[in-house]
This record gives sequence, structure tokens and C-alpha cells, in this order.
Amino acid sequence: MKHVVIIGNGISGVTAARHIRKLSDAKITIVSGESKYFFSRTALMYVFMGHMKFEHTQPYENWFWKKNRIDLLEGYVSYIATDNKEVVLEDGSTIAYDSLIIATGSKPNKFGWPGQDLKGVQGLYSKQDLEQLEANAKESKHAVIVGGGLIGIELAEMLHTRKIPVTFLVREDSFWNKVLPNQESALINKEIRSNGIDLRLSTNLVEIVSDEQGRAKAVTTDKGETIACDIVGLTAGVRPNIDFLKKTKIDIGRGVLVNRFLETNCKDVYAIGDCAEQQEPIDERRAVEAVWYTGRMMGETVARTICGNPTQYKPGHWFNSAKFFDIEYQTYGWVWALPRENEARFYWEHASGKKSIHISFDKKTHEFIGINTFGIRLRHERFDSWLRQKAKVETVLEQLKDANFDPEFYAAHESEILEKFNRDFDANLRVAPKSWKRIFSKNQV
Amino acid sequence: MKAIKNSGLVVFILGLFIFTALLFEGRYELSQETFDTIVASKGYKSELFTNRMQDELVGVSFGSSVAMSNGIVSALEEVNQLHKEAQEWDKVIWDKPHNLAYEFMKPSLSGMVTQNQALFWWLTFGLGILGSLLFILPNVVLLGPAGIKNNGIFQSAATNRGWIGVFSFLYLTGFYLLLYFRPEYILNWVTVLDPVSKALSGNAASQWFLYGFLYCTVMTVMAIRMFIKYRHNAYQMLRTAVVLFFQIAFAFMIPEILVRFNMPYFDFKNAWPLDYDFFFDWNINSLIASGNIGVFMFVWGVVLTLIIVPVMVYFFGKRWYCSWVCGCGGLAETLGDPYRQLSSKTLTSWKIERYLIHGVLVFAILMTAMTLYTYFSGVDTLLGIKTYDLQYYYGFLIGSVFSGVIGTGFYPIMGNRVWCRFGCPLAAYMGIVQKFKSRFRITTNGGQCISCGNCSTYCEQGIDVRSYAQKGQNIVRSSCVGCGVCAAVCPRGVLKLENGPVQNRVDASPTLLGNDIDLLQQIKERN
Repeated sequence: MKHVVIIGNGISGVTAARHIRKLSDAKITIVSGESKYFFSRTALMYVFMGHMKFEHTQPYENWFWKKNRIDLLEGYVSYIATDNKEVVLEDGSTIAYDSLIIATGSKPNKFGWPGQDLKGVQGLYSKQDLEQLEANAKESKHAVIVGGGLIGIELAEMLHTRKIPVTFLVREDSFWNKVLPNQESALINKEIRSNGIDLRLSTNLVEIVSDEQGRAKAVTTDKGETIACDIVGLTAGVRPNIDFLKKTKIDIGRGVLVNRFLETNCKDVYAIGDCAEQQEPIDERRAVEAVWYTGRMMGETVARTICGNPTQYKPGHWFNSAKFFDIEYQTYGWVWALPRENEARFYWEHASGKKSIHISFDKKTHEFIGINTFGIRLRHERFDSWLRQKAKVETVLEQLKDANFDPEFYAAHESEILEKFNRDFDANLRVAPKSWKRIFSKNQV
Repeated sequence: MKAIKNSGLVVFILGLFIFTALLFEGRYELSQETFDTIVASKGYKSELFTNRMQDELVGVSFGSSVAMSNGIVSALEEVNQLHKEAQEWDKVIWDKPHNLAYEFMKPSLSGMVTQNQALFWWLTFGLGILGSLLFILPNVVLLGPAGIKNNGIFQSAATNRGWIGVFSFLYLTGFYLLLYFRPEYILNWVTVLDPVSKALSGNAASQWFLYGFLYCTVMTVMAIRMFIKYRHNAYQMLRTAVVLFFQIAFAFMIPEILVRFNMPYFDFKNAWPLDYDFFFDWNINSLIASGNIGVFMFVWGVVLTLIIVPVMVYFFGKRWYCSWVCGCGGLAETLGDPYRQLSSKTLTSWKIERYLIHGVLVFAILMTAMTLYTYFSGVDTLLGIKTYDLQYYYGFLIGSVFSGVIGTGFYPIMGNRVWCRFGCPLAAYMGIVQKFKSRFRITTNGGQCISCGNCSTYCEQGIDVRSYAQKGQNIVRSSCVGCGVCAAVCPRGVLKLENGPVQNRVDASPTLLGNDIDLLQQIKERN
């Protein structure tokens, strides 16, 4: 019986395992040092905030793995002998494989800051990080977070719910503005500050200062300030977790280099998820995509390939989501931080300052390119369908009610949005009533 | 703000303490006059009973409800035993012993409370309401900006089966046991409400008036908590307001007012089989005896169950009843909201749930069928089973123990929908309609699920919502009561409760979820 070994039990590895089991009878082993059972990394913050217990982050009950004949092995991999097709664990034991999937995810970036290894200094990625944060937060008086991305703002929210004052150092002059256009970035700056977080923009960490016990007691910034603190959260992005591959024959760049079939240079060795780096970029996507959804898609794709149906990784139209304190964010298609040559932009913001939409479309053809939405939920299928059809921005706006996904009885904003568009672009669009027929038309596309 | 909250807690505990202490207050003395009146109105023929009561109880002053209750109950049981042995069936007293004790003891009570009903209303209900509001209202500020704030729920002893949860469980369960099985112990609580009851229906309060009043009070206070917690969510606000309205107007006020105008006590929204005694002979007879209005009520009850309920479930799902109208649902969604996360999500629980709830439905149908058979044929036994026994056991096991003691008492341990999930036969009936013929579903938003599990954690019905959402499948489950909290707590806008065309109701979106498969290519390969 063919033996598939998967290193890493995150969403990518587990999705691969589940689909391999659906498609074949192969022996499947998942190796993980972080936790025995799969859990949802995205939910770690809710455990800290007391919304959930750790067990709630586990999408499958513990009997699931045995029932589906997926063997779980606890341990860290130290080396892969690709010539002998063997995985070597830290305890020296080996496992032979027929196919090997590397799905080891990411680890937090550290940029060689002085004091970055002191006690009280940590990232937020793994289950162990969460446990460490729980210990660090026990008697904390003040926390400093370094790095203005999605994990940084999550960590700020987490500590805030424990009534620990947070200073949030962001290198850019506005939060996450390498990804978000100025308007949305400003909206989130406001949201961060209105939640009582001390947001410091255009501010860099210089040094983390130690006390006598080797614990962080303060940070200094490039503005010449010293901020007393006992927790320092380093959240300046993540990078592929692949140090253990350095001495192997597997080619690595920033991540494990793979082709469109997610194959590495070594036969029967594949890499998926956060740790994979695409050799040929896929449309506008980054070569390393540390996103939940793409990890899941790669897992499904590689399962097909391993089970005898070689399938290229084709992730379809870009989408993503996040939540910044109380403001939900969804995006479909591409809305770059700065408009490109061919793009026109339409922005609408609600008077509350907590809802907005931002649409990018082609100046000449008016083809819809992408949308950012804050505080309003939108229907994924509608936008995927519009992107496939290369719909015009006018169609999208007129049929916007079809795409609304807010709970029933929520205030509707379509008319207001269209009025703004009509003013901005001297148009005469009218809101079309919601149509179930159009909503379900995806099946014909 | 924190200080106001804490002082509210102190006031509430004080109110609860006085309320509890009232169980031990007062003296009981059955006067000759009261005794004669009750015996005459009941038409008892047992001299043994009358004599024994005269000798041992009438005119005797008791310091505790338990002592007097024991006296009455043992008198009744021993006398009945003698009559039964002598086969003097007409002399046997068929009243339930503790209900009889209640009837004798209610007018026998005297003490601080009977003399100061208004004062003690304020010291119990008043302090309880005031304390709760002082505890709840500061949340407007303390919870921070509007939004989902489930912070600390699994770190609190009240909401994570800690000692406060266990205490609440014991107190609630104890309350229900007293209410159903020892009403004569809680006469002071009933007495406190006599003035309110007289103002409404003209009669003195009963233990059921106490229950109804307390129910409405608790729901109102806890609805205020819901309004603050979900002030950003129009669905939750509206749903809570409507379910509160139906409880206060339809379950509480209207029946009391009907009684005032000499019409039958009737809850227009209570549908069989939840209203399990609707077809009992005494109910049918009393409705028919009340003339046109009674006949209308009877027809309404039948139409409600057979037509309105399934048609509404077809259009809106069973949520229209369970989360918008029903009293049990109303209590679960207000008093029970802090406990929703405690419902078990395991596959085993789901299996138990299906056997239990459908078992109760079958029991309710069989019991009602027997009742109607007896009603029309006059034969009270079928296959050796007595209709009365069936009614009695249903009432005791399902009506009292399951829906009351376990259904509500177990909120702090098993989540807030214990009855609705495992026991309610109406929920089972509507669930079947919802599963197979309804426009209602919870739509999953393409591939946006991140498997975080907030939806499953906060599903009061123990549905593993995430297991559907992460596969891109819509959620169509018979047990879903449409409370909407899964959609509310979802951080990525993945879930939406909606009523839409029946086709495509259970639809997965594989292309959005996973790799972008070329469908044409696949068809070619297959050919």
C-alpha cells in the first residue's frame, strides 16, 4: 500500500489528507510537533479572549482520525533523505514514504532587533505562542506590539480584552496601507484608536531593553521614545517555516520551490500552503501566499495529483477576509493600495465611518476588477460570477442587492451607494430589486 | 460603571436572599370555616378524612409549611388506603396530595408577608429587578463599542460550568421541583403576587400565576441584556422584542384578561403537541361549554397545528415559532443566552437528540390519539393501557420533569435549549417540515469560512455549523431554530439566514472552496 507522509497538520496538510482518503486507500501519516490534533489557527485569538476553549478550535472530533485511517504522529522532522525516500525525526527515528507533502506553514519574522530573544518577547502563530502569551499576560501592565499587519491588530484586540494597555508600533504612515488604499486604511486607524489602542504610525522599533532577569522591560523607538512594557509582540509578518530543509536536496528560495503541480525538484515530494513558493507566479498572486483559503485549495489539488490525476494549482479569482476589532472586511478581485494605470476607483463611506466599499474598474471598458467592503457582508458567489463574466461596474452596482449578505433587517445602503456613483461619474444607475434567479444563475456560467 | 455593576450584584443577591428566606416565614392555621368551605366545594364523602383533619389539623398552628403539608398528605394517603381496602370507591379522594395541601394551606397562611404584600414584593421582585438592571445597564459602556463581545465567557465561573453555574443549576432545578411537586412550600412567593393577580384577573394568585409573572419579569430583564449585547444587530433586536411581546401579551396578559371576562384561559400561540393537553377531555369540554368563543378557540387550536404551523415553517423555517413566538424559546433566548455555548456539539449528542425528540413526538401523538379515542368512544382502556395513565405519565415525565425541571433547570450545565433540542414534540414536528419542505436555510458564503468554530461554539442547538460552512455547504438542519447567533458571531461574514427558492437549497460551491476546476475539461476526460 502506498504510504503518503504529510509534514504539518494545519489546514493545508489536513485538507490534503482528507482528500487523499476520499480518493484512495493509501496509508496516510501526518507528522506534527505542534499539536496532536488539527486545530484552526485562525481561532487561537478567540481562546485567549475567552470566546472559546481550545477544544472548540478543533474542527473534527478526536475519533475522526482513526475512523478515516489517518495516522497522527507527534514529533518534529529534522531531515528528509530524498534519495532513500525517508523522513528523519528529531528523536532519530525514520519513516519511509512513497509520496511526501511538506505543509509546515510559517513562523514569525524577526529582523535581528536587539533584545528580540528576551523573556516576554514573542510572536503569535502557534499553539505554543498562545500558551506563552497566556503566561506573559498574567501580570502584565503594558504591552507593545511591533508590526502593522493582521496578526498585530489581532494581538492588540486580544490584549485589550484583558484590559492590558497596548502601544501599537506601525512602520508605515497608516495601518496596513501596503495592502489597503488610503481611505480604508484611515478608517481602520480610527477603529484601532477608538478601541483605546495607542497607535503609533511611522514608528520603528530600535531596541528591546532588558531588566536584570533577562526580561523585557521597555522598548525604544526611532522617535527617541522609551516605552515601558512587559510584553513585546513581534508581528512583522511571517515567513515559510523551512529551516529543517536547508541541508536536504530540496530546492528552497523564500519557501519550498514548487511548479504548478506543487511538485518540488525531488521526485514524489510536494509542498503546499504557507511554506510553498510558486516558481511561476499565478496571475497577480504573490509567490508565497500565507492565506487560509489558498492552503486549503493547494491541499485539495495535491491530493488529486498524488491519487493519479495530475492537477495544476489554479486558485481562481482572489478573495480574502479579515476582521479589525468590530469591522469586518471582505475583498473580491483586486483592489490595490494604489490604482494602476488602467484603473478608475469608486469609494463610498457610510456616515458612521464604520462601513465602506471601494470598487476598482477599468477606465476604458468599465470592466469590474475588484471590491473592498468594510462593515457590509457581500456574497462571494455573486462576485466570483461577475469576475468570470467580466461584468461591467454598472452591472455590479445596479445588481448590488443580489450580493448583499448582511443579516435580515439590516439597513440597506445600495441607493446611497448608487447616488454617490451617479454623482462621481455622472451616471444614471438605478438599484435593481434582489433577484433569486440571478443569484442562482452561477450554475449556468 | 464597574461600581454600579457591583452594587447591582449586591442588590440582586439581597433580593434573592430575601426571596429564598420567605420559604421559611409565616405560620399556618387552618380555620374551621375555611376547612368546611373547601370540603363542601369539593364534595368529599369521606368522614374518616374529615374527622382526621378535624382532630389533627384544623385549628392547629404550624410553624413550617413542611410540617403542615406532611400532616395533610399523610392524612389523605392513609384515609384513602383504608377506603380502597374497604372498596369504598366513592369515598376515595382522587386529588393529588400536594395540590390538596396547597389548597388547604394557601388560606391558612399568616405572617409578615400576608400583612405586607406590597413591601415584600419590593423586597423580592423589586430588589431582583433593580439589582439586575444595575448589573446589566452599565454594559452599554463596559462592553465597549457595539459588536460581538463574548470576552471571558469561557473564563467565567457563571458561564463555563464553574461554581456559579452549578449554584444556578441547583437553584433553578430546586425552583422547578418546588413549583411542580411541592407548591404548598412556596405560598409566600404566591402571596406576594396576590395584589397583581387580583388587578389582572380578579382572582388571588396561584403558583402558575407566580410562574407566569416571574417568567415575564425574567424575560424582560434579560431581554434588556440582549438589546445591549446585540445593539448592532437588527435581527437580534427585532427577534428579542417580538418574542418578549408574545410572552407578555399572549402567554400572560390575554389569558388572565379572558378569565376576568369569564372566558376560558387560553394561550392563542401555544400549539399542540407542545400544548399537550389541548385535546384532553376537560379542555375540550370547557372550551365547548364556553359557547362561541370557546368553539373558536378550539377550531383555532386545530388550524394552528395543522395549517398555520406547517405553512409558516415552509415560508420562514421553524424559527418563526421557536425564536420569535414561543415562550420556551423566549426564555431560552433571554435567560438562557449566557449559557448557549454549553450545548454539546458531539455526534453522539446529535444521535441522542434525534431518538429523544422524535420519541417524545411519537409519545405525544399516541397519547393524544388514545385521548381522542376515549373521548369519542367512551372506552378508557386500549391494549391494557389506560388513557388516564398515559396522560398522567406524559404530564409528569414530559410536561413537568423534561420541559421544566430539566429543560430550564439544566441551562447552566447543558446549554439553553435542552428542552427545545431534546424534548419538544412541536419542534420535532416543525423540524421534519423544515428539513424536507421549507424555503429556509443558512447560506454559506462561498469559500470564506476559516473554520474558526465561533458558529458551532455558540449554536444553542448543538449543530456543528462549521462542519457545513467549511465545506461550502448550506446548513439545512431540522433542529435549527434560526436564532441567528451563528451568523452574528461569524468574524468573516460567512453565514446568512434566508428564505429563498427551494431548489439549490442545499448547495455546495466546490469551485469557490477549492481549486478552480475546469468543468469542460473534466467532461471531456470522462468521455
